[in-house]
Amino acid sequence: MFTNPATELVPVRTKDQLRFITCGSVDDGKSTLIGRLLHDSKMIYQDQLTALERDSIKHGSTGNDIDFALLVDGLEAEREQGITIDVAYRFFTTPRRSFMVADTPGHEQYTRNMATGASHAQLAIILIDARKGVMVQTRRHSFICSLLGIRHVVLAVNKIDLVAYDKERFDRIARDYLAFAAGLSFTSIVPIPISARYGDNVVDRSVHANWYHGPCLLEHLESIDIQSGTASQAFRFPVQWVNRPNPDFRGYAGSVASGRISTGDEIVVAASGRTTRVKRIVTHDGDLVAAEAGDAVTITLEDETDISRGDILSRPDDRPKVADQLAAYVIWMDKEPLAPGRNYVLRIGAQTISGSITTIRHRIDVNTCEHLAAGTLSLNEIAFCDVVTATPAVFDPYDLNRKTGSFIIIDRYTNRTVGAGMIAFPLRRATNIARQALSVDRRERAALKNQKPCVIWFTGLSGAGKSTIANLVDQNLSAMSRHTMLLDGDNLRHGLNADLGFSETDRVENIRRVGEVAKLMADSGLIVICSFISPTRAERDSVRSLVGKEEFIEVFVDTPLEECARRDPKGLYSKVKSGKIKNFSGIDSCYEAPTTPEVHLRTMEQTLEHSAEAVVDVLMARSILDG
Amino acid sequence: MLPKHLRRLEAESIEIMRDVVAEFKRPVMLYSIGKDSSVMLHIAIKAFYPAKLPFPLLHVDTTWKFREMICFRDATARRLGLNLIVHVNKEGIARGINPIASGSALHTQVMKTDALKQALDLHGFDAAFGGARRDEEKSRAKERILSFRSAGHVWDPRNQRPELWSLFNTRICQGETMRVFAMSNWTELEVWEYIMLEKIPVVPLYFAKQRPIVRRNGAMIMVDDERLPLNGDETPEMRMIRFRTLGCYPLSGAIESDATTIEDIVAEMQTTTVSERQGRLIDTDEAASMEKKKREGYF
Repeated sequence: MFTNPATELVPVRTKDQLRFITCGSVDDGKSTLIGRLLHDSKMIYQDQLTALERDSIKHGSTGNDIDFALLVDGLEAEREQGITIDVAYRFFTTPRRSFMVADTPGHEQYTRNMATGASHAQLAIILIDARKGVMVQTRRHSFICSLLGIRHVVLAVNKIDLVAYDKERFDRIARDYLAFAAGLSFTSIVPIPISARYGDNVVDRSVHANWYHGPCLLEHLESIDIQSGTASQAFRFPVQWVNRPNPDFRGYAGSVASGRISTGDEIVVAASGRTTRVKRIVTHDGDLVAAEAGDAVTITLEDETDISRGDILSRPDDRPKVADQLAAYVIWMDKEPLAPGRNYVLRIGAQTISGSITTIRHRIDVNTCEHLAAGTLSLNEIAFCDVVTATPAVFDPYDLNRKTGSFIIIDRYTNRTVGAGMIAFPLRRATNIARQALSVDRRERAALKNQKPCVIWFTGLSGAGKSTIANLVDQNLSAMSRHTMLLDGDNLRHGLNADLGFSETDRVENIRRVGEVAKLMADSGLIVICSFISPTRAERDSVRSLVGKEEFIEVFVDTPLEECARRDPKGLYSKVKSGKIKNFSGIDSCYEAPTTPEVHLRTMEQTLEHSAEAVVDVLMARSILDG
Repeated sequence: MLPKHLRRLEAESIEIMRDVVAEFKRPVMLYSIGKDSSVMLHIAIKAFYPAKLPFPLLHVDTTWKFREMICFRDATARRLGLNLIVHVNKEGIARGINPIASGSALHTQVMKTDALKQALDLHGFDAAFGGARRDEEKSRAKERILSFRSAGHVWDPRNQRPELWSLFNTRICQGETMRVFAMSNWTELEVWEYIMLEKIPVVPLYFAKQRPIVRRNGAMIMVDDERLPLNGDETPEMRMIRFRTLGCYPLSGAIESDATTIEDIVAEMQTTTVSERQGRLIDTDEAASMEKKKREGYF
């Protein structure tokens, strides 16, 4: 058995932690400032300093002086380009506080990284070059910090040495900034004149700017009151994991997101509305009487209730919102633009829900805060949007609770994190329109028709033969006395979808509507035959998940592009050739062939009649025609 | 009761661990026997209490660890009733790879990096907890908490997912894996403060003692067993030394120290002027060597 040799306890001071972000552009001296903070607070070790001196000669941009920026610019590629391209986290400790610094790049194309850093920060240091004053990027950084919920700002007017420690200039910059920031939601803004390179007012007071009587940067960081007040807020406990080691113990593991709870308190499960009481608050160090914001605990309840990961416990008199429609600010983070209406995976707290952004109310220009109209969102763009979820989500407005009011958006296919959102409010519609339970269910409707409903989805290039084969299948089924309905892309575009064009966004909406219609028809017991180019896998798969994969039969009508162009039944390919049509699938717009269709028809190898029979064979094999 | 900053770090690590266990099919904890692993294991036990650890531990054994490390590892596994998997790259052994004749770079590649990939593939683990911290090294400072590895365990710094709030994207495809650094935001000092206050046992090599060493390339190498070949002019001398980081003994540099107790170590930490990685011979090859090793799948 190993035990550590021990003497008398060295006191470990109780200190809190401040997490802050530094914002500034390439030349504002941000990395230099962090390097300076680490160095002057004695966080740089001798061997690191030696390495730094060596690197300064190789990569440095400060002549013979030590280039502090090299302390924080980590990855090889960035060092060569002399810019910071990712979020780096640095740590330093003083006797009063421990600090975590998110160092993020400041150019416009890195809004994504800044937002990431800001999501972890309670305070922002916004750097300004004293020679340049408040710039477009200063506004951008401030807006993003404000949007992400940061309430405390230090305005670090850097390179004050290069303007001869001019008080007038400093005062003017501070005035300009305060005037601009009045429109944002900061509660404290402290301007400080500094020189990161020479250390003025960073850790030690500047002897040159002796007109400045406020705190030095570090002094301010050590003393600012950043009480987040989360312990006094409404109690929220997102359940992360159900702890069930044996039949006698069922605990709900999670971290208290806000507020406080004691044993015996009444709680409610937000989504189901079930109420019960807290029995025990279990930790490895013994049971607690109460737990508050930030504590990771395991709660057991008086009554057996069905609670799973993603549920939120609250007090009955102060509940979170439950809705399947909400308004939120969304930051887009992926190279592939947002497709409104497309189905994404949303992660809200511990909830994982299918959802889509249905409407972009307005895009926000991060440089001017102006509202602009937008049909889609590209990388680094921010917008105010309507979001719809497949099942009701439990949340709070982000302004009230960062933990329960934030979400990330994940692409179903690439699994990339493509966006992040901050919830503003639930939409009334969701609260007012409850689902009407129907008394005749879909099984009964289908039984009347002596068949099993399904959706047969034909996809393929224009001219591949989809409509012809779909028609033949329809005729065959009709001849077998089955009740069918045929939905054809071109026909629907004359009516239901007459308002839609062929842009990416409109195509997504086109297929979404068709999917919903097909589902309603299948619910009524019909065999629904759909014939649509539907070029993207994502849209076809959304319909598949909407309809249910047991009832969705994807038929890939596989005809080579050259053959389709040769057949050209509607004369479209020749129009494309002469430039009269744009966004044509297979030509200047991508067609993503299905990877595992239920039926794969190679039209070059078999007649259309045989193809249709092959589809009917599959329906029989799946006992869809059995009744 | 722990001081506030340590309580917050502990709770944050617990939250990450629970999330990973809830979302992944086959998580595993990489156990390297060092102080960070000891803390990580201690926190994991807290996170899932009263249930037992819902994942096994994996130690990638290069066969060149200090003898006291192996002894400590086995004692810890027994004491806590752990499901411990020990993996050795048998191919590497067959090829005679060792840190002395093969050099540190090849030894690390074959016996650590390749061995780890073998073990992860063999057991089909889809998430692996590691004790790395962001304050250890410059390229670590940008590491995600959930570090994404494409099939073949490739780490591409440009293909990492943004991490906002504590909302982790845990979705992966077949063959892809995640390395999880649940202690990313701890510093070395905080690790020691926590070990002291929580009374977590660590390998005795962290405490100063008279030990036989030889000096090589400016580092003090402990003569842990007879496998370390001595040059003609080398005779081991006894020095009062301890280790700040532990690995393969021929690659771990000791420091001279009088810190014989955990409290001495915390006190020493507060005044030290060199970083903990200074003693690691495998890092000094070139400035970006950690980044290179990581791209190849090093933890």
